[in-house]
Amino acid sequence: MPTRLTAIRTATLHAVAALLGCAPAQSAPATPPRPAAPAPTATARPDTTKQPPGAGAVSTPNADPFPSTYVAPPTRATLIRDVTIMTAAGPTIRNGSVLLRDGKIAAVGTTVSAPADAEVIDGRGKYLTPGIVDDHSHLGVYAAPGVDALSDGNEATNPVTAQVWAEHSVWPQDPQFPRALASGVTTSQILPGSANLIGGRSVVLKMVPSVTVQGMKFPGAKYGLKMACGENPKRVYAQRGPSTRMGNVAGYRAAWIQAEGYRRRWDKWNADHQGDPPTRDLGLETLADVLRGNILVQNHCYRADEMAQMIDIAKEFGYKIRSFHHGVEAYKLADRLAKEGISASLWSDWGGFKMEAMDGVRANLAMVAAAGARTIVHSDDPSGMQRLNHDAAKAMAAGERIGIRTSEDEAIKWLTINPAWAIGLEDKIGSIEVGKNADVVLWSGSPFSVYSRVDRVWIDGAPAFDRTNPASWWRTDFELGNVPVPNGGR
Amino acid sequence: MRIRNWKPGMMVRCTRRLLLTFATGAGAATATSAQTIAITGGKVYPVSGPVIENGTVLIRDGRIVDVGASVTVPNDATRIDASGKWVTPGLINALTGLGVSEIGQVQATVDRGARGDNAVAASFPVWQGINPASTMLAPARNDGITSVVVMPTGGLIAGQAALIDLVPGTLTDMLNKAPVAMVAQFGDARSGGTNARGEQYARLKELLDDARTYARRRAEFDRAQTRTFAARRADLEALIPVIERRLPLMVNADQASDIDAVLRLARETNVNVIIAGGAESWMVADRLAAANVPVVVGSMNNIPGSFSTLGMRQETPALLQRAGAKVVLIANGSGGEEVFNVRNLKTDAGVAVAYGMSWDDALRAVTLSPAEVLGVANRVGSLQPGRDANLVVWSGDPFEFSTRAERVFIRGREITQPSRQDELMERYKTLPPAYRRP
Repeated sequence: MPTRLTAIRTATLHAVAALLGCAPAQSAPATPPRPAAPAPTATARPDTTKQPPGAGAVSTPNADPFPSTYVAPPTRATLIRDVTIMTAAGPTIRNGSVLLRDGKIAAVGTTVSAPADAEVIDGRGKYLTPGIVDDHSHLGVYAAPGVDALSDGNEATNPVTAQVWAEHSVWPQDPQFPRALASGVTTSQILPGSANLIGGRSVVLKMVPSVTVQGMKFPGAKYGLKMACGENPKRVYAQRGPSTRMGNVAGYRAAWIQAEGYRRRWDKWNADHQGDPPTRDLGLETLADVLRGNILVQNHCYRADEMAQMIDIAKEFGYKIRSFHHGVEAYKLADRLAKEGISASLWSDWGGFKMEAMDGVRANLAMVAAAGARTIVHSDDPSGMQRLNHDAAKAMAAGERIGIRTSEDEAIKWLTINPAWAIGLEDKIGSIEVGKNADVVLWSGSPFSVYSRVDRVWIDGAPAFDRTNPASWWRTDFELGNVPVPNGGR
Repeated sequence: MRIRNWKPGMMVRCTRRLLLTFATGAGAATATSAQTIAITGGKVYPVSGPVIENGTVLIRDGRIVDVGASVTVPNDATRIDASGKWVTPGLINALTGLGVSEIGQVQATVDRGARGDNAVAASFPVWQGINPASTMLAPARNDGITSVVVMPTGGLIAGQAALIDLVPGTLTDMLNKAPVAMVAQFGDARSGGTNARGEQYARLKELLDDARTYARRRAEFDRAQTRTFAARRADLEALIPVIERRLPLMVNADQASDIDAVLRLARETNVNVIIAGGAESWMVADRLAAANVPVVVGSMNNIPGSFSTLGMRQETPALLQRAGAKVVLIANGSGGEEVFNVRNLKTDAGVAVAYGMSWDDALRAVTLSPAEVLGVANRVGSLQPGRDANLVVWSGDPFEFSTRAERVFIRGREITQPSRQDELMERYKTLPPAYRRP
């Protein structure tokens, strides 16, 4: 069964394959670029804002070579009323109503007037939350079924592969996507695996059906950069290095030194356009954009001492770490995380499966939150992704046992606005506030009860999942003929 | 439930065992077991009978002596007020690697898979490698798990499973019944040392047939007057209880057609089988019920993670139950196969309820049903006179996250050992950590 270690195991296999000289076949030569399909909302006419390259010039960086083609479906105004609203922006509203209109949250409160033609959903006894945001998954890049042919999450051929982009591995027909959606996840950051010190770019996707990954990409979302500490890189590269933690650190620093030089050369050229532009390097281009603050660092790191070292490295080279992922020892360094403004993306009770995970404790989330750091429940697993609310509830209970009380209004942020911040989308999603995207989840009961299920999900105000109507459920192409028809369940 | 392959890196074992605070064997815990204890006023779920509001459970010498609404409490009994609390049998997780797997990626601490002989390890007694000092026992116990099945993994026949009670002490103290099952697998042909499902079927049949022949012709075997058998003597010997139907064959099988194959094998070889894993068992539920074959299955994995588990879903326990098949719930959610999360069994029970199982059935599936399937219902799994006093006083509904296992009794002993994680949380709940504060 797939687990968080799938990535690691597969990485190992790939590393072995590489060592044996049977690395994956070279990809076919790039086909000549075709003009990008115009976004359906835009009028189809040539883009005149871009100048063709001048004579003798070589290519220059393209800020968005694989643009999102996602278009929100047409919606009908929808009023969800008499519902308990966990807004992630303030206190829970009992017997409240939320109006979704034109893809946005149009009104929230105890008295909300709706247009006459609005669809009205009775929320009595139910809970409404923002769409769940998972800032750490491998859907699409480690698709199900977990066969080698679909194992595309670790470019484990070099410890620094800043040049790869997760979106180029995403299989939109991964049957894990609809399961995430049916559990309330509306947005997820898809990351490369953790085999490498620097694993490549992440991509932020909406959990929507699409033939292409571009059709799932969250419009305007920033990219993330996956970095990994500790055991995984040194294990995968044991034969060629890095084979130690000190080797890991030397590897990060060497990469940033190169990146800083590259950034200076390009920033200078961009300012003066003197002579030929520097030669492009895809990996350094990504790293330079981290140094410019345009790409957010998502750092896989278990141990507190290693997090402290990564913080020093970030300071040495002038970038910020947006979130430490896994962070089973974040509770040991929570005050520092709070001070540095680094979020912690955590599980409640995974731990013990390797040396660097030994000190995982169930109250980690509650302890980190209590210290004032931005706290996030993440999954790294397609099964856990469906129950981020369970993780929050377990951490709340464990915290309570050691005298750390977390309110539900705080805990709901761990699944919504806080991960939205980690991926730079806190102004668009993650809370139920007027003007935010209408990504909301209707639960059969409190999301912190084991008995609650997701009844309905809206993305950008459009119905995306309705448990009572199995015929409407998203089934990926792969599922047709392979996975039995849900028949009221999945 | 496969042990994942991983690449052995440098094996530096630097286990730093924290001071274990429990008494080993004799000691304070044993003293308690000689007492009479009355747990009064709780909402008591005997499982073998209907719920008793305001009930009393009377324990003497480690056993339950009375359960009911009007139990006379002797004067010398230690009274434990459980009013407002829920009292259930201790939970049984029927598929774990507890005690034989400490840190999954440190191979030196993992003793679940035998090398075997041509993928056959029937004689492998996995429990002989159990480490009672494992730091993974306390987290499970503190969440209300009082017994677990320790399962061998890998190969065509993985070996023999045991049921242990999570009492402090030696392995001898812990063992409840060993073996409780012979573990095999069907469907994953390659890891079974074969190349195709049909070959796997033929090999399993050959092994069972040879065990039958061997059992009849032991003396000739010892004089080297028999043909060559498909397995070593010790493995054939270990399979005799299986062919004599004294020991169930627990077969890991997921795909519906694999489960059907196991049912055919069971008929053909006349052995008792249990299906473990059972990803697509809901598709075979009627036939499983008709054959009286129990299924050991979780409720929390609905990912078509392999071509054998395409039909995996959360409603499986409910659908099996509805069809009349016996369900034993295990933890199969994210990380559920990790020894660290043996404790999450209660969440699987809760999710099984969320996806259609009745609450009473779910409680039964983590208490009495595993005890029945494993042949230990005369000792554990219910609150009845004569049973071992394995029980938990919960602050509320045991399946809810906010509920705490407040008091855990195993064989009449209350066990209160904090886990390593508890010690870490205590140390770090304020920063700087406790060891640096004045």
